[in-house]
Amino acid sequence: MFTPILAITLLALIFGLMLGFASIYLKVEDNPIIEQIDKLLPQTQCGQCNFAGCRPYAKAIANGEVDINRCPPGGEDTIQALANLLEVEVKPLDKECGIEGSKTLAVIDEERCIGCTLCIQACPVDAIIGAAKQMHTVVTNECTGCELCVNPCPVDCIDMVETKAKTNSWNWSNLSHIDLQSNEQS
Amino acid sequence: MTQYLNSFPGGLKLPGRKRRSTATPIRKMSLSHTLVLPLQQHIGEVATPCVKVDNKVLKGQKIASSNGHISANLHAPSSGTIKEISEHPMLHQSNSSFPSITIETDGQDKWIDRRITYDFTHLSPNDLCHLISDAGIVGLGGAGFPSFIKINSGIHHYVETLIINGAECEPYITCDDVIMRERAQSIIDGIEIMQRALNVNNCVIAIEDNKPEAILSMRIALNLNQRIRDTKIVVIPNLYPTGSEKQLIQVVTGKEIPGSGLPIHIGIVLHNITTAYAIGRAIKHSEPLISRIVTVTGTDLDNSGNFETLLGTPIHELLRFCGTKHQVGAPLIQGGPMMGYNLADNNLPITKTANCILVGVENTAKDTNPLPCIRCGDCATVCPIKLLPQQLYWYSRSRNMDKMQEYSLFNCIECGCCSYVCPSKIPLVQYFRLAKTETTNKKRESQKANIARIRHDNRLERQEYERVARKEKQRKHKITLATRKANSRSEN
Repeated sequence: MFTPILAITLLALIFGLMLGFASIYLKVEDNPIIEQIDKLLPQTQCGQCNFAGCRPYAKAIANGEVDINRCPPGGEDTIQALANLLEVEVKPLDKECGIEGSKTLAVIDEERCIGCTLCIQACPVDAIIGAAKQMHTVVTNECTGCELCVNPCPVDCIDMVETKAKTNSWNWSNLSHIDLQSNEQS
Repeated sequence: MTQYLNSFPGGLKLPGRKRRSTATPIRKMSLSHTLVLPLQQHIGEVATPCVKVDNKVLKGQKIASSNGHISANLHAPSSGTIKEISEHPMLHQSNSSFPSITIETDGQDKWIDRRITYDFTHLSPNDLCHLISDAGIVGLGGAGFPSFIKINSGIHHYVETLIINGAECEPYITCDDVIMRERAQSIIDGIEIMQRALNVNNCVIAIEDNKPEAILSMRIALNLNQRIRDTKIVVIPNLYPTGSEKQLIQVVTGKEIPGSGLPIHIGIVLHNITTAYAIGRAIKHSEPLISRIVTVTGTDLDNSGNFETLLGTPIHELLRFCGTKHQVGAPLIQGGPMMGYNLADNNLPITKTANCILVGVENTAKDTNPLPCIRCGDCATVCPIKLLPQQLYWYSRSRNMDKMQEYSLFNCIECGCCSYVCPSKIPLVQYFRLAKTETTNKKRESQKANIARIRHDNRLERQEYERVARKEKQRKHKITLATRKANSRSEN
């Protein structure tokens, strides 16, 4: 009579302890959906969505505070991906935030740079190197084209240049006239 | 000499149309006034120029050096002056401009001092590898992969068989055919060098059965060379795309290479016949890769044939040399009708990988007005790697990248058999090419975004750390000030 009661109690204790440990050690810090949304954003950290970077915007989307159409660098593709993830309607890009343009890259005119370090402080991904009163330069591989360095520059020596296709990054679309955008299946 | 041959699934028996360019021997193309040499005529990193504008260069002098592990040197094809180093339209599928070196030739064609080594038997595999790398030799069959890397694999891997690709299965192209007919001796030299460098005994030269003259000439040259080890010529049936790397290996050895694998993983190294020729010339005559044989053929020509052309020669000069009435807007293709690409204009320079200029012949993968897919399944029957082009077509239309990868899009060799047989004239291979480049670009972008995210997070962390440190410093400073004040007061 006592054996089953004892056994059940013991089992309950063991499982209770296991659950207790799991809730501490396997705790999920953040809402996992934020991580997933953040992954779909282009990580330019440009702030055109009026948030201080991609992660805060992802957080706001996850909390349902803002629409998914506030990311100009990501453009239509990002909106489509976000809509798929969150199972909501696709919306056109919010014109208030900006328009979808081609990819750009910041280039510092070295003749005009006075070494004020303002652009270095503005760069969200530390892609500008230099020191006070020394010429600055952009690490082209790391630049996300966010344009945040353009306004702070007191001598207007930073230009945004369109990135060109290289032999390894071009796309067949410019010569084949097939239209992959159209989803209608003939 | 009979060997049991295997085959691959699918494939097409195409009309060769090769006669029109093999009637005449190889002719030397006249020297052009200006030569334009793109810095990236190979797969890998762009070469770095090592000359400056207004420098005088001699024929065979290095003008750009390889940059990084996968890259190739570039040499001046003729003597002259460096006119400019700038962007210039290049012979490339994208038809856009890439950094190039322009040389104004002086007409003297004066060679740089050469160290000619008729006897290469004393050179070690490593030395040979270095010489091949210095000569800027890349895969001349069309891919342009730096050859020394494949040769280098002999040092780290056990190589069982060296296969020399003389299949040349695509219609119209005959540059490999004529080079085997006329310059077999240098090809055999090249093969011997590769055998030494790779430390391999077994070698197979595979030639399609529609080139009897080439087979004969290669047999004679092979018999004349006493030093060459166990090498045989294998005659393979004419079927498109036998000339593709993995298909040829399947025909010759019966082994199928997995989609993500390389021939070296099963102990095979494969080189093109023209690459073997270039290696022979590079070691024995110290000639870097500065010229190549280009087939100029098609319907609109008085004078089809094969031309030994210096790299950088503009295509329109080559066409004028052949006497063509080619009009702007008429089809002009680099490569064959199956895998080649249309050129926007004829002012582009010849590069290391330009094997054929096809005039007046339409590309089979042309974007005509396609009819709806009728699900006949012909494309799946001819696919040499057993893909399902139909399924891939649906998924590429709906841009379903994940599904396309599930259906092995990246194993597609872009041979164009599916587009060729499609009764609805759907340019299937164009869809796959686009989907492939789009997927790789997306992958690269997401990698870049990942790096940007990490850098941004690091920056935020650093700023936070700096803020806390500053506060701490201020607090400490305040305390020291307060204690100093208290001390001075107590002293008073």
